[in-house]
Amino acid sequence: MSEREICLSGTGVSKVFGFGNRKTVAVDNVDFNFYSGELVSIVGESGSGKTTLIKMLLGLTSVTEGEIQFLGKKRDIRTRSKKKEYWKDIQAIFQDPFSSYNIFSKIDSVLLDCIHMRGGRMLPKAKKIEMMEEACRFVNLKYAEMTNKYPFELSGGQMQRLMIARIFLLRPKILLADEPTSMIDACSRATILDMLLNLRNETGMTIIFITHDMGLAYYISDTVYIMERGKIVEFGSADEVILNPQADYTKRLLSDVPKIHEPWEFSKRNQTPPPQTPVEA
Amino acid sequence: MSKIMLEVNGLTTKYITRYNESVYAVNDVSFQVEEGKSVGIAGESGCGKSTLALSLMGYYFPPLHYTKGDIIIDGRNISGMDPDDVRKNILGTEIAYIPQAAMNALNPTRKVIRFIEDVIWAHDPKISKKDIHDLARERFETLNLPEDTLNKYPVELSGGMKQRTVISISTILSPKVLIADEPSSALDVTSQKMVIKMIHDLMELGYIKSMIFITHELPLLYNVTDDIMVMYAGQIVERGSADQMIFDPIHPYSKGLMGSILVPEDGTRDVKITAIPGTPPNLKKPPDGCRFAERCQYVKSQCRVQNMELAGLGNGRTSRCMMSEEELREAYKNE
Ligand SMILES: Nc1ncnc2c1ncn2[C@@H]1O[C@H](COP(=O)(O)OP(=O)(O)O)[C@@H](O)[C@H]1O
Ligand SMILES: Nc1ncnc2c1ncn2[C@@H]1O[C@H](COP(=O)(O)OP(=O)(O)O)[C@@H](O)[C@H]1O
Ligand SMILES: [Mg+2]
Ligand SMILES: [Mg+2]
Repeated sequence: MSEREICLSGTGVSKVFGFGNRKTVAVDNVDFNFYSGELVSIVGESGSGKTTLIKMLLGLTSVTEGEIQFLGKKRDIRTRSKKKEYWKDIQAIFQDPFSSYNIFSKIDSVLLDCIHMRGGRMLPKAKKIEMMEEACRFVNLKYAEMTNKYPFELSGGQMQRLMIARIFLLRPKILLADEPTSMIDACSRATILDMLLNLRNETGMTIIFITHDMGLAYYISDTVYIMERGKIVEFGSADEVILNPQADYTKRLLSDVPKIHEPWEFSKRNQTPPPQTPVEA
Repeated sequence: MSKIMLEVNGLTTKYITRYNESVYAVNDVSFQVEEGKSVGIAGESGCGKSTLALSLMGYYFPPLHYTKGDIIIDGRNISGMDPDDVRKNILGTEIAYIPQAAMNALNPTRKVIRFIEDVIWAHDPKISKKDIHDLARERFETLNLPEDTLNKYPVELSGGMKQRTVISISTILSPKVLIADEPSSALDVTSQKMVIKMIHDLMELGYIKSMIFITHELPLLYNVTDDIMVMYAGQIVERGSADQMIFDPIHPYSKGLMGSILVPEDGTRDVKITAIPGTPPNLKKPPDGCRFAERCQYVKSQCRVQNMELAGLGNGRTSRCMMSEEELREAYKNE
């Protein structure tokens, strides 16, 4: 691989809510470098500042202190039009896919909007439909079944897939995913993680994935950042951080996660080691 | 063989919606739990885990309705019992239930000790306040909960403390069966571990005599329970020991479910997780034959017509599938 390009970075980034003795330092002087095409996880317990960091990256909330650089330059989103420009390159999906949604727009119009946002307004109708069909196929939804439906007619997993179909059409450089699988089953979760990995592999998109789930982070990430009470306490490759953690906080989280191969403190399984996969008699 | 604490035979319950449609959420469920044992229930959301938990209390209110079957707790059949009778003589002492999101359901204007009084007085109004307070203090002490928690309001407790408090309140009368529905799913891992430790202690100290533990988090279930039952579309499709179920599932649905496990352990990163394509059937009109047929990659035409019973495989295991264990193992080998 050639020299890696940094697509999003931050120096001394902080976010403070309130003031005086009501002050909450949600994000506390963090530095980070996210590389193009990388799948990065930011892991921490609830309240550690993950969502706040994501909102700053997205430009939904102001940065109290520090600087965010986008594609090597200081990010400038001070005007409405610059912000709109920025959002062509950076998009997000959230934990509750229904929350970030206009419940009155039908699914096909949601997808059509994405094509329009990418400057495809003048494309012939057949071409637009073809693009929407492709996007639905990518997330294993049937376009024909989506037309004329409202988002609330879909299950949580289908809805989250629709959000990925949106991203597929929008083709941002960076996708921020804030716990997109924490409200759905392990089974649908597997599907969604697969789709995000495919998206990254096919488009080279940078994906920043927020989660509190160490097992999930280990599975999908190239790089893992660990956040504790607003601070980044360690980062590195997934193998480094998960298999050889340095920070006490990471060590504690890892030891508290229920395991299936290694022992876990209050496990019923401690007396008996797990059996080998049975061999044919 | 040790004593059976809970025996469920052919339990069938359904919701009747406002539009008078039936949702067959628990269908012909049978199983047993022995004294000192815990049994886990796993399955995708919507498969009927919470409905089963609710149904086991033998206490029904609309839209949930009892259809048939027996619930026998320590030899006593509670199905068909009068609701007032259940409330007074069963809930709390025979069976205790911690619903999903229980910790957020505590009335915020009342102190913890008041909830304990409620639970005890519902069972026996003659017990004195002093006796209740002595019992509560002693119980909190043995469970390593700070005594001053008793005089706190729910909002003054952190999420993990709140949940441990809810569990102590629910089990104050030392029930024979504890049913815990996703008791730690909303918590961070460290608080979750404390909840599990407490459940462990309750069992060790004999404050609960058996447990049904529901969660969709399989690594957690693996560590908490002796046996695991997998539920699909209102039915139990397989039961085995935790080790058997996690490492060697037999039923195609269980097999699919176990393929989605993620744990932060060496070597797991290289194993691709798998999903089961499709979605569970609509429980308003469950399909004939095997309910998993539609999504099963080993489906045969017979599967769609013949209703299978949960059958013994030997080795204490049961599975609900047309194919024999040997056939299934052969099929998995060729994957
Ligand atoms: N709009 C807000 N006003 C005040 N405090 C906030 C606000 N948003 C978040 N916080 C606080 O900032 C901290 C970090 O929250 P959040 O970023 O949501 O964490 P996470 O996503 O890791 O759970 C928490 O203490 C939270 O209460
Ligand atoms: N109050 C209700 N009225 C009608 N249907 C319900 C009600 N509650 C749950 N259901 C349905 O019953 C089925 C089982 O739900 P539930 O027991 O909550 O599953 P789980 O706990 O496994 O996620 C689902 O199909 C669900 O939609
Ligand atoms: Mg968050
Ligand atoms: Mg449930």
